[in-house]
Amino acid sequence: MKAQLAIIGGGPAGLAAAIAAHEAGVRDILILERDRECGGILNQCIHNGFGLHYFGEELTGPEYAGRFIDMLKDTSVRVLSDTMALDLTPERVIHTVNTAEGYMQIEAGAVILAMGCRERTRGAISIPGTRAAGIFTAGAAQRYVNIEGYMVGKRVVVLGSGDIGLIMSRRLTLEGAEVLACVELMPYSSGLTRNIVQCLEDFGIPLYLSHTVTDIRGKNRVEGVTVSRVDENRRPIPGTEMIFDCDTLLLSVGLIPENELSKQAGIILDPRTNGPEVYENMECSIPGIFACGNVVQVHDLVDFVSEEAQLAGRSAAEFLQKGSKPAGRLITLTGGSDVSYTLPQKIRFDAMPDRIKLSFRVRRSFGESKIILRAGDAILASFKRSHMAPGEMERVTLPKKLLNEVSGNEIILEVKEA
Amino acid sequence: MQDIVIIGCGVIGAACAYELAKYNLAVTILEASSDVANGTTKANSAIIHAGYDPIPGTGMAKLNVEGNAMMDALCRRLDIPFKRVGSHVLAFTEEELITLRTLYERGTANGVPELRLLTAEETKAMEPSVSEEVKGSLFAPTAGIISPWELTLAMAEVAVRNGVTLKLNTPVTAIERRDGHFTVITPKERIDCRLILNAAGIHAGEIMSMAGDTPCETVFSRGEYYLLDKSEGDRVSSVIFQCPNRDGKGVLVAPTVHGNLIVGPNAESIDSPDTANTSRGLNFTRTQAMKSVPSLSIRDNIRNFAGIRANHSGEDFLIGESAKVPGLFNLAGIKSPGLTASPAIAKLAAEWVGKRLSLTEKQDFTDGRKVIRFKHLTAAEKQTVIAENPLYGRVICRCETVTEGEILAALRSPIPPTTINGVKRRVGAGMGRCQGGFCGPRVQEILSRELGIPMEEINLDEDGSYILTGRTKGEQIK
Repeated sequence: MKAQLAIIGGGPAGLAAAIAAHEAGVRDILILERDRECGGILNQCIHNGFGLHYFGEELTGPEYAGRFIDMLKDTSVRVLSDTMALDLTPERVIHTVNTAEGYMQIEAGAVILAMGCRERTRGAISIPGTRAAGIFTAGAAQRYVNIEGYMVGKRVVVLGSGDIGLIMSRRLTLEGAEVLACVELMPYSSGLTRNIVQCLEDFGIPLYLSHTVTDIRGKNRVEGVTVSRVDENRRPIPGTEMIFDCDTLLLSVGLIPENELSKQAGIILDPRTNGPEVYENMECSIPGIFACGNVVQVHDLVDFVSEEAQLAGRSAAEFLQKGSKPAGRLITLTGGSDVSYTLPQKIRFDAMPDRIKLSFRVRRSFGESKIILRAGDAILASFKRSHMAPGEMERVTLPKKLLNEVSGNEIILEVKEA
Repeated sequence: MQDIVIIGCGVIGAACAYELAKYNLAVTILEASSDVANGTTKANSAIIHAGYDPIPGTGMAKLNVEGNAMMDALCRRLDIPFKRVGSHVLAFTEEELITLRTLYERGTANGVPELRLLTAEETKAMEPSVSEEVKGSLFAPTAGIISPWELTLAMAEVAVRNGVTLKLNTPVTAIERRDGHFTVITPKERIDCRLILNAAGIHAGEIMSMAGDTPCETVFSRGEYYLLDKSEGDRVSSVIFQCPNRDGKGVLVAPTVHGNLIVGPNAESIDSPDTANTSRGLNFTRTQAMKSVPSLSIRDNIRNFAGIRANHSGEDFLIGESAKVPGLFNLAGIKSPGLTASPAIAKLAAEWVGKRLSLTEKQDFTDGRKVIRFKHLTAAEKQTVIAENPLYGRVICRCETVTEGEILAALRSPIPPTTINGVKRRVGAGMGRCQGGFCGPRVQEILSRELGIPMEEINLDEDGSYILTGRTKGEQIK
């Protein structure tokens, strides 16, 4: 099979990329979706809060996805659902499998990676204790509750105050479970402030910062967990143990971009994002392969996923219509010491539009502060912020004209207390 | 009247069942757990040892080397992943170099082929990731890696297909002996039999007591492990041991047949067979492993687990007919290298049985087994199996590329799985980096649909390991 543009993943990133590419004139677009329908993780996010930036109104996850799925109906975009991409080659051949067409090799003119991310598990953080039933990642629990209509427990402790953990604390409470505590290893929450207020505080669920789960009891089903305070090196402090009698432990301990296919293709990944290194137009290290959404960097807000995906969609269209970008002057973007990552990693000056968006995360919380873009000793721009936290992605706009006067080819993004 | 009751369906019980299924005998296996291979068999280092550790002259030494040599043909016949990747025992001190020499001599006396003492340079050339501190190694090319639970399952499947009865969820509660035969009592029934093979693993001593024998010494020795992501799977290409100490063979680093990296175990004697992980045990395991392979990326861990060895102070397995209770054959004290020795132990057990009962070969015995593992097929083979059964085109486990076709094939096998972990052990769904986060609910749906039982009644593993606690409010109203 052949396709001008193949998009791997029909979640929010894949959908928005498809629509943008179609608007830019590409007609032969194929979305490969491994689930039974498009929408990705949005389908199980039945709470509201989606779309404020993008649509200017508050939608639920399925409604947000539904808007894009509806837009697809007026296009020539084809969706192959229940279809798994098994392999991707640098020549942009995708090996797929499904029940209808069997095993296929799809030769694509351009590829957009939109595989999203997966949840970190208990193993990734090596929680000691038994391996009883009743330990779920928050997303898996969300699927059981919101899609399948089943409850995962009666007395719940949540480890990790990421957004999914917070949302699930509220969801399980509303469904009649008792959420005993939300436990966070770091001295701050990695979730959005609005979720801490609306999902924990409003329901009287205590948040234990600088704490972690140090033991799980129960032979067959969880019977309890031990929670300990941690020191500044995140090591449990003996003598601070609290025992919670619970039948369920929910884990919301981080997300990992799903880049197995990217690795197979030989795409260069950034160890800081765990996603592909991208240029200013979301193109990866292999020409004609683009990436967007959580496969590139884990987002907090789907609205920004859509925006990033549209850029990838437009860029893939441009590649199909005009070919590769000229290499020319290459500028690298890196972060200072309190910046955990910056995106895009590389900017092709000659191909750069008038302005591009840079996104990054800080490593720790900041009050009144400044974001500084620097090239050598020269300060290109600075931006004020009243508050920054690791749980919230930051974005700034970089105008091309600022780079005209810069001689070096390295830009550093720094953050400082004001 | 059964000719033989085998108590326990770990690797030893299953190997005996497989061996005895070849003869015209009435054989029943009783397994306390909800599945085969669910005790020590599933939670160990999964190594086929070369045979330089046991003391020359012991039964253990002989059975180790014999069992090792049987593995290629056995695994080919049963379609079990097995790789002879070889093993290195590392020495870090002059004293340990002397230990290597002792092991070399022991191995040679035990008949281990192709053993070689390597210099530090030779070791590093073969295994570039081992520590710069290494002073030499003992290389044993015949050591290998295997999937212990798949081996056990395959042997049990062939046994069942050839007429052996397997009863799961059937613990033995008492044993009576009268008129030259036994009555084995379970919560469900009483089973009369001529002979008993006691393959109850860490519970073998309890069975001995029930049967009127003097129980063997059993020390519950817990070993804790890390299982790392496939991205770490080729960190080493062979099994990397440290010098053995009084607690066992020490912490190893090895590839697994599934492409991961296994790290462990420590050894801790505990009062009860508690398979919980501890931070102490994991810390020790990690620290020791880093000594062998400093570049190990423990942050790529996907699962920790712990297993209980049936340890004792002796230098040999505790196997043979009870001196006190004729007809009771104990296969006890199966510590390392029990997995390696299992097919040889089973041959020996069949010889013992043959001295008591007449063994005539079944005319219709069918050996062997074939399993479709979708991800290992070529493109053309994938097309063919999907054309025959489209469900091989539906990937359920994304991380390990396991299809619905494979899960259904397992459900139609002689020993169908009934739990999420049962499916995992048979087809690998949930064994990957997301640890069943995505596929768990879908496997549960398939089990519910195929077994005709509600979602809420599907267990993760043993009875009581329920996953769901009821319907949501909206579903209750419906």
